[in-house]
Amino acid sequence: MADASAHATGHAQGQQHPIRLYLVVWGWLFVLSTFSYLVDYFHLQGGLRYSLILLFMMLKAGLIVAVFMHMAWERLALVYAILVPVAAVLVFVAIMVLESDYTLLSRMTFFLPGA
Amino acid sequence: MAEAALTRTSVDNPYAPQPGLRGVAADFASDQKAFKNVSWGKAMMWIFLLSDTFVFSCFLIAYMTARMSTTVPWPNPSEVFALTIGGTSLPLILIAIMTFVLISSSGTMAMAVNFGYRRDRKKTAILMLVTALLGATFVGMQAFEWTKLIHEGVRPWGNPWGAAQFGSSFFMITGFHGTHVTFGVIFLLITARKVWRGDFDTGQQGFFTSRRGRYEAVEIMGLYWHFVDLVWVFIFAFFYLW
Repeated sequence: MADASAHATGHAQGQQHPIRLYLVVWGWLFVLSTFSYLVDYFHLQGGLRYSLILLFMMLKAGLIVAVFMHMAWERLALVYAILVPVAAVLVFVAIMVLESDYTLLSRMTFFLPGA
Repeated sequence: MAEAALTRTSVDNPYAPQPGLRGVAADFASDQKAFKNVSWGKAMMWIFLLSDTFVFSCFLIAYMTARMSTTVPWPNPSEVFALTIGGTSLPLILIAIMTFVLISSSGTMAMAVNFGYRRDRKKTAILMLVTALLGATFVGMQAFEWTKLIHEGVRPWGNPWGAAQFGSSFFMITGFHGTHVTFGVIFLLITARKVWRGDFDTGQQGFFTSRRGRYEAVEIMGLYWHFVDLVWVFIFAFFYLW
């Protein structure tokens, strides 16, 4: 655990990690971005397209937040204070999905020509 | 792993930070500062980024609502953002290049933070300048994209291919993100100048706050820059690929 003690002592004067870690994450972000571009390039459709887009998006976001922004090494109090409120966004998304379905239905019922 | 160092002294010091969920409760209930080993500057940047997350979330949710509720077909971003290079039409190619440019700028920023804590003034400043250059390249490519789309007739109130909300969502979301990148470039240049001059080594007072800067300023700057990259990940997925 020489690695762990290096991290721990480095932490006292700020975040200090080997450069290699950043280069590896950088490489992975490139690979994942290429994958998400290929999803569009090969015209994947339907559930496969959307699940792949979301998967690559979450992996990229996770790598950036955890390693580049050093969230993986922060105390849980800060991690929870920042990440838990983001769940409210998901609730908002759910509300607006229901709302837009309702709006679409009303528009098709009352405003669509020939309906 | 950092927790181990913090808890090592817990026997002699009952107020030493604890690990795990118990630590979360203890930190928030400690009647002192809640974020034990994070300076106020870093904590405030995180809280600002959280509020900015909500701003961008609202834009993306508004876009989702417009796209889900319209009875008119949504323009296909794969075709709208295609470029013809050397006779072949490549879908989304400019957006893909912009993504790689922004990711690279995040990589150089992360390394700048690292060299900052190693007190390597020159490498830190150069890496920050490279980051700023990549950021400016990104904004330049975005300006090119805007110009192209405006020439093709995209307006906030309509476009030649389908749902009118396409233009308003596009200009609002990418415009706000581009503004963030632009401000990031400006702050990168200011911080890089301070690093280059050695302000953080000599403890020179800042021109605005008159406080003595530390190399942590580079990390806080980095948090903002990585956030801008993070937002682009979501815009790329939801606006361009979906």
